[in-house]
Amino acid sequence: MKITMAHGSGGQSSAQLMSDIFGKYFNNEILGRMEDAAVLHVGGSPDGETAASCAPARIACSTDSFVVTPLEFRGGDIGKLCVCGTVNDLLMMGAVPKYLTCGFILEEGLEVDLLDRLVASMAKQAREAGVMIVAGDTKVVEGNGGLYINTTGIGEIPAGRDVSSANGRPGDVILVSGNLGDHHACILSHRMEISNDITSDCAALNDVVDALFAAGLHVHTMRDVTRGGLGTVINEIAGSSGVKIELEEEAIPVHADVRGFADILGLDPLYMGNEGKMIAVVPAEEAEHALEVMRSTEHGKDAAIIGQIMEGSGAFLRTRLGATRRFDVLYGEGLPRIC
Amino acid sequence: MEVREIIDYLKSYDGKPLKLMEVCGTHTAAIFKNGIRDLISPKIKLISGPGCPVCVTPTAYIDACTAFAKTEGHELLTFGDMMKVPGTGGSLSENKTSANVSIMYSPFEAIEKAKADPDKVIGIAAVGFETTVPAYALMLREARKQGVTNIRLITALKTVLPALEWICENQNDVDGFICPGHVSVITGVHVYDEMAAKYGKPFVVAGFEAEHILGCIYRIVRQIEAGESLSENLYRNAVRDDGNAKALAVMNEVFETGPAVWRGLGEIPDSGLYLKDEYAQYDAGSRGLSEDMELPAACRCGDVIVGRINPDQCPMFGNGCSPIHPYGPCMVSAEGSCGIWYRNVH
Repeated sequence: MKITMAHGSGGQSSAQLMSDIFGKYFNNEILGRMEDAAVLHVGGSPDGETAASCAPARIACSTDSFVVTPLEFRGGDIGKLCVCGTVNDLLMMGAVPKYLTCGFILEEGLEVDLLDRLVASMAKQAREAGVMIVAGDTKVVEGNGGLYINTTGIGEIPAGRDVSSANGRPGDVILVSGNLGDHHACILSHRMEISNDITSDCAALNDVVDALFAAGLHVHTMRDVTRGGLGTVINEIAGSSGVKIELEEEAIPVHADVRGFADILGLDPLYMGNEGKMIAVVPAEEAEHALEVMRSTEHGKDAAIIGQIMEGSGAFLRTRLGATRRFDVLYGEGLPRIC
Repeated sequence: MEVREIIDYLKSYDGKPLKLMEVCGTHTAAIFKNGIRDLISPKIKLISGPGCPVCVTPTAYIDACTAFAKTEGHELLTFGDMMKVPGTGGSLSENKTSANVSIMYSPFEAIEKAKADPDKVIGIAAVGFETTVPAYALMLREARKQGVTNIRLITALKTVLPALEWICENQNDVDGFICPGHVSVITGVHVYDEMAAKYGKPFVVAGFEAEHILGCIYRIVRQIEAGESLSENLYRNAVRDDGNAKALAVMNEVFETGPAVWRGLGEIPDSGLYLKDEYAQYDAGSRGLSEDMELPAACRCGDVIVGRINPDQCPMFGNGCSPIHPYGPCMVSAEGSCGIWYRNVH
């Protein structure tokens, strides 16, 4: 068997590759949790007895590589994206992002002016997201002027926060921070040379996450909704938490332009990728408050309550006409090189 | 009539058990997406027909495409769905390192590519029903007008009507047909008149919204209850009763009918479309691609395609055959009934 583009889709094939190859050799209890970022316990003594020279703390660590084409798109570029993507992964564990490292793989022929623009954009986004870029590496390979960036991020998890994909409980409510499919539709529009006003949602979600914790909400689970789309993320949470999740089709926010675009191309916004959207899972009694808090932020202004968690297993959608259907993770390719 | 009243009617239907076939894969997908089965009585069974062009394409065709794409100086353009259909030497996707294949969004990309690189031969894997045929015909007419000669078509183009006729002749337990909306835009609705009368079954054309499909099921049920068997058009904002005369004209200018092999059904006379002599220079050997790879003994692809069994009744469904490791094309294609069932039911 050979690697196909489907292995990079973020859906079922990617998960299979993780478990068949990487999981097989790298397996340990931290990686095995398969969260957006690893939670590491540092300081203290390894056996949990008396503390050594520094106090125990929890840090989150995540790494991500960015291969999007085109390098610049409406609403962002690979420089902005490579900061937002890793920062969001840290935020989703309840961490405060602190440091980033970056690895650049440049293809021969890349315009230096373009590289300058992309790195400037990266620096600007890092400042806005409150992270310092503290180490880096550059390699050049043969090619056609392309560019790939890897970023690794570290963040501190404040005491008292316990956010995990496995923490969803029956009765909890699921919120999404805004319209789905914008990034996917934007990238596809560029590639198909279709002119429209669809703009990528590429953004760091510090404001949304900070606001949720500042309001004292008990956030059980957070996930950013990237490759594979909402459908894949909801299935993963249902699996990790051992629960059933039911979404209301009509409550899932999709901008009219993106809906029209998706309809024409036969895409389902449930499986379209995003780069500045997250879901938050909170206890039912906090749902309305959480909605209000999310909507008060710039990147959560279109937030919506989209479903709830129940006893059972699997992911289900209540359709517009009142039918219930099961939905699965993304199968197949999705859109290659979206992030 | 309000959609709520239609749902109430169909949900409480308690007459004789009915088997309705949705011919088109897009309908199958829409039926799942909208949870239609959940809104109607279990006495009304919806079965999927042969309405996904990728699913009925025999292996010899995939092999011809792969061979073309592996030839020095050739590039093959295809719609994404064809990439993963297994051939005897693997799928186009699996052969990508040695085969020059690109995904196209419109056949007209071939003209641009052919003009940009006159020394190269640009092939198109032209697979589809009436819906897509006019686009290929228009593209070739334009290519000929512009004097572009380095384009080749490998065609597996088919017409739906002969397949419906085959089902009526060979499998007479279907009580009514949900006719394909997109195909009917081209063919019109009158083409179903004769079959409706001859076989005594309703043929109702529908669009792809939940309301359209429910309305269509309702009309078929009401016709059956009233002892009628008529063709009906419920997709009036897109489908004219006489079809699209311009599209039909350009199709007939470029293509002629001939025998074609449908996976699961066998050879059906006059169901394939091939380039006419005037356009023969653009053909890359499309006739006679009828050989089909031997599928595992347990594979019930053929029975699925004609609606004899539901996909999940095939012993290989989810048991060796999945969208990731498909045996038959109906598991590969986004509009193939096995793939749709797997993604929604499994």
